[in-house]
Amino acid sequence: MTVNGWIQILIFIAIIVALARPIGGYMDRVLQGERTFLSPVLGPVERGFYWLAGVKPTENQSWWAYGSGMLIFHLFGFVLLYGLQRLQGMLPFNPQDMGAVAADLAANTAISFITNTNWQNYGGESTMSYLVQMAGLTVQNFTSAATGIALAVALTRGFASAESKGIGNFWADLTRITLYVLLPMCIVLTLFYVWQGVPQNLSAYVEATTVEGGKQVIAQGPVASQLAIKMLGTNGGGFFNTNSAHPYENPTALSNLVQMLSIFVLGAAMTNVFGRRVGDERQGWAIFAAMGVLFVVGVVITYWAEAGGNPLLTAVGVDPSAGNMEGKEVRFGAAMSALFAVVTTAASCGAVNAMHDSFMPLGGAIPLINMLLGEVIVGGVGAGLYGMLLFAILSVFIAGLMVGRTPEYVGKKIEAREVKMTMLAVLCLPLVVLGFTALATVLPVGLAGPAAAGPHGFSEIFYAFTSGAANNGSAFGGLTGNTMFYNSTIAITMAVGRFAMIVPMLAVAGSLAGKRKTAVSVGTFPTHGGLFIGLLIGVVLIVGGLTYFPALALGPIAEHFAMLAGTVF
Amino acid sequence: MSSNSRAASLFDPALIKPAIVESFRKLDPRVQIRNPVMFTLEIVALVATILMIRDIAGGAKGIGFTVQIVIWLWATLLFANFAEAVAEGRGKAQADALRRTRTETVAKRLLNVGDMFEQVRAPDLQIGDVVLVEAGDTIPGDGDIIEGVATVDESAITGESAPVIREAGGDRSAVTGGTRVLSDRIKVRITTAAGSSFLDRMIALVEGAVRQKTPNEIALNILLAGLTVIFLFAVASIPSFVDYAGGAVSIVVLIALFVTLIPTTIGALLSAIGIAGMDRLVRFNVLATSGRSVEAAGDVDTLLLDKTGTITLGNRQATAFLPVRGITELELAEAARLASLADDTPEGRSIVVLAKEKHGLRGMEMGELKARFVPFSANTRMSGVDYEGAVIRKGAVEAVIEHAQSLGIGKMIPPDAERIANDIARQGGTPLAVSKNGQILGVVHLKDIVKGGIRERFAELRQMGIRTVMITGDNAVTAAAIAAEAGVDDFLAQATPEAKLKLIRAEQAKGKLVAMCGDGTNDAPALAQADVGVAMHTGTAAAREAGNMVDLDSDPTKLIEIVAIGKQLLMTRGALTTFSIANDVAKYFAIIPAMFLAFYPQLGVLNVMGLSTPQSAILSAIIFNALIIIALVPLALRGVRYQPSSAAALLRRNLLIYGLGGIIVPFIGIKAIDVVVSAIGLA
Repeated sequence: MTVNGWIQILIFIAIIVALARPIGGYMDRVLQGERTFLSPVLGPVERGFYWLAGVKPTENQSWWAYGSGMLIFHLFGFVLLYGLQRLQGMLPFNPQDMGAVAADLAANTAISFITNTNWQNYGGESTMSYLVQMAGLTVQNFTSAATGIALAVALTRGFASAESKGIGNFWADLTRITLYVLLPMCIVLTLFYVWQGVPQNLSAYVEATTVEGGKQVIAQGPVASQLAIKMLGTNGGGFFNTNSAHPYENPTALSNLVQMLSIFVLGAAMTNVFGRRVGDERQGWAIFAAMGVLFVVGVVITYWAEAGGNPLLTAVGVDPSAGNMEGKEVRFGAAMSALFAVVTTAASCGAVNAMHDSFMPLGGAIPLINMLLGEVIVGGVGAGLYGMLLFAILSVFIAGLMVGRTPEYVGKKIEAREVKMTMLAVLCLPLVVLGFTALATVLPVGLAGPAAAGPHGFSEIFYAFTSGAANNGSAFGGLTGNTMFYNSTIAITMAVGRFAMIVPMLAVAGSLAGKRKTAVSVGTFPTHGGLFIGLLIGVVLIVGGLTYFPALALGPIAEHFAMLAGTVF
Repeated sequence: MSSNSRAASLFDPALIKPAIVESFRKLDPRVQIRNPVMFTLEIVALVATILMIRDIAGGAKGIGFTVQIVIWLWATLLFANFAEAVAEGRGKAQADALRRTRTETVAKRLLNVGDMFEQVRAPDLQIGDVVLVEAGDTIPGDGDIIEGVATVDESAITGESAPVIREAGGDRSAVTGGTRVLSDRIKVRITTAAGSSFLDRMIALVEGAVRQKTPNEIALNILLAGLTVIFLFAVASIPSFVDYAGGAVSIVVLIALFVTLIPTTIGALLSAIGIAGMDRLVRFNVLATSGRSVEAAGDVDTLLLDKTGTITLGNRQATAFLPVRGITELELAEAARLASLADDTPEGRSIVVLAKEKHGLRGMEMGELKARFVPFSANTRMSGVDYEGAVIRKGAVEAVIEHAQSLGIGKMIPPDAERIANDIARQGGTPLAVSKNGQILGVVHLKDIVKGGIRERFAELRQMGIRTVMITGDNAVTAAAIAAEAGVDDFLAQATPEAKLKLIRAEQAKGKLVAMCGDGTNDAPALAQADVGVAMHTGTAAAREAGNMVDLDSDPTKLIEIVAIGKQLLMTRGALTTFSIANDVAKYFAIIPAMFLAFYPQLGVLNVMGLSTPQSAILSAIIFNALIIIALVPLALRGVRYQPSSAAALLRRNLLIYGLGGIIVPFIGIKAIDVVVSAIGLA
């Protein structure tokens, strides 16, 4: 670990803390339909969309209407994306003449992108035409991100409103977020990436002759525009197979920093939106702080594990001073690779600038744990907030009784219906992660996947389903995922991880919205102080830890202690 | 108060034996299904038993470990049943005592004409029947007195041996079936059908027969069921993982892990906590019609308290003699004393007492004085004596001035008399002017005496975030003065039933939960509107129907304790839930290394407790899991210690004890059990 490494990590954290409030304020105004500095330009466009679609933006939808609108919208998104992949051979913008994507892979990819997961069982430059990349994948990158934010805002409205039947308007939320938040920021970011050297063209791949006289094909394409939303929307689906480790997708240290910042910025700002909605920004900061502590601990462990190098390699004479550099880019080094890995898995982004498979056992365990905890450490845009708020509901319910009142959170009583729906949402993740991992570790089709033996092979399988269920999309690497078995099981995992959680979450929002707001007094469970932050962290860790401890023990923990003992598999 | 006579020790041997029998009876799955966690436990215990029998039949070796696990699984279940049975047993003991008083009564049902009656059995009485109850008779059913006044022995219900007066009209007209008339005769109109009388309801309530899960209990049960499902996933996936790692794990060990992980501790004690909470109220002589209202009591934000009897002592007392210019205090005190000697009202007596205490005036009773006493009348608003030619009067200031003017031959009304009177009124007191032969001597200060210690109670309530509002019929000036002295947060002066109702609605609109107590029929709407309405037992039937609690002692101050009991119930539930879940950390550290050691020896590092063998580790965890239930039964029944303080302080304290303690205690407990288990060679 170096001072330079720590300084870079601190700079990153400081910028995120500084950005959370101003951007949260802007998003809050946008989501309430208030005027912003972009309204003169975008207002007519926004109204034009409503007019075209016949949407009344002021209509306050029930949770059921909000949810069904969202589901139907995604069904269409799936059909569109699936169709584009299957038909890409007949469609334009295909200079490399890519053929139709196989049915199971196309379905897996379509679900992957509508769920904001961006799990990629394909290599971008060798599978997808420019049309699919632009009109298919990038479009879903925008809409899935906007949906996540919309859902989180719907939940905050549930907390904020009193005796209301509705939780907002899905179509208006979707339109406003895309138009006022995602598009403007992405335009700026795209230009920035182009400046940093990221290609933005529709040219055919370039063939180059290397110094040794070998032939090399260099892929091209509209990379910068997709890169911008891939990060900002915590999608993570790389244009190229190697994602943000590719020099065209992440050329410089500066582009690396901006990519990490754009992964976190909207998720962090959402906590502030929550605080503003419930009328007490401290509530938002408390959620932010709980996320922050979990994040920093993760960074410290991962950086420590990666900077230390592999003792087994050190023993045979490898210089450990640069840390464990297997699978890492020299231009990023151990510190920025470790930070990137924690950021991308904490935030359900899934873009990578190093191969997590090559991390040290504990360094690789942190990304895994980040996802297992339910992507609540900043999390996917919006998804992180609503995930964390569900944990807040659980925390308040478990410990809130200890102040001698029936549990309440930001003025809303937490009762049977909220607990039931929250438990349903919390249950779906372990069901698919543990269920499919258990299946894959005994079936021959599953056992064919991992490249490594022993606990590391187990981790590869476990990581794949975790990444899918948490809608992260990062790959541990090593696992051969493009098979009928993994394509279909991971597709189901992603869909359950997204929608089986969203529906009960919206039911909670609807139920909360209808409740009367209780007054706050000194007898009320205080949810903005250090005690609550500590409790929330404790509940997240204990629930996650208790659920996955056996699996973690058989994966990274067994591997770590085996490594210390000098055992290899 | 009779609570002491009813209190039973926590583990009364008379309660323990039936509870043990009941523990076995409760193994019936139809009983267990009401509690999802315990039902799950019963199923896996059954599975483990079947596996054990199969192994024994197959002649497997090393069966001792399995047998021990199975025994402890059933023990866990029995301990849980025992906790519930003990809690119920305490209620049953009280119910039996009540039931003995409900002997078969013969009622005298009045016929339409005169005092003719026919004898009918009490259960045959219809609502609306009018019965005659004479001295020595037992009142056959709940009803309202429509004629007469009687002293009634209500000790069967309240435990209070002193008889109470019940009379037609007003707010003390309700009588309860099963109580006995001691003197006089009354006519009672029956208001409840046989079988649903107050006594019946009370028996059902303390017995727990009608106990329904409260909303919070239902929600908690859902959480516990959810956690159980999560642990089912966690444990059910282990065999495949182990298979991948090239190892094997027995089903009995998996069952042991599963049972230690699911929240059996809180699952076992949940209903005992609820029953004990209701029981605490009953012991406190308060009957709640539902558990829901007990929970609501914990949530109360605003307490509406009647001034008289709750905040102040019932009566005003003289606190000072304030003479006008030119008169000494002694002269005034002497005159006031004489005027009050024959006055039997508490106010009058307090003047005599004050004169004695301040000026040593004593002796000379009415008899020796040969004086003529003039009693108080609403007309004159004065009382006094005519004594040796002197005319002494005391009473309302205006009345006395008027009287003085009518007598006073050329005598001036002292200008400072009215000033003194106004000062007293401003301080919340009542001025009482005294005159002798038409000469105004001064004013006696009568004061509402705020109960000792009540100010501190209100300060405590404020710390808990509860606002107190004093309700009084006094005018605003008087009310403000008393409110300031008592330290309430707000007051409602010149309160009418409508004003009370409006106040409750306004508070509720602000998102607050309101508790109040009342006794009169005109309190009924407000009692019904309040989230917690405590009716006084002496009150009317209408008030008792409208409220969701009845205070048998008719002591309005108890509202404060009721809130505390509600809070304690919720806190106990929360503390044991937190403790139960926190326990799981240690159990994992005991069982996981034991389970995986055979094929990943490096995981032995996780055996932080240094448990002797894998088998002993698993056995110790499951023994701890069972014994902790028994260890926590007293806490569940007694409730966690409750001190009024802010939520933040309570949370900090309880999180430390039950959260952090819940993580640490099992590490120590499991280690200790492991030492014993390996020492006596169980595993």
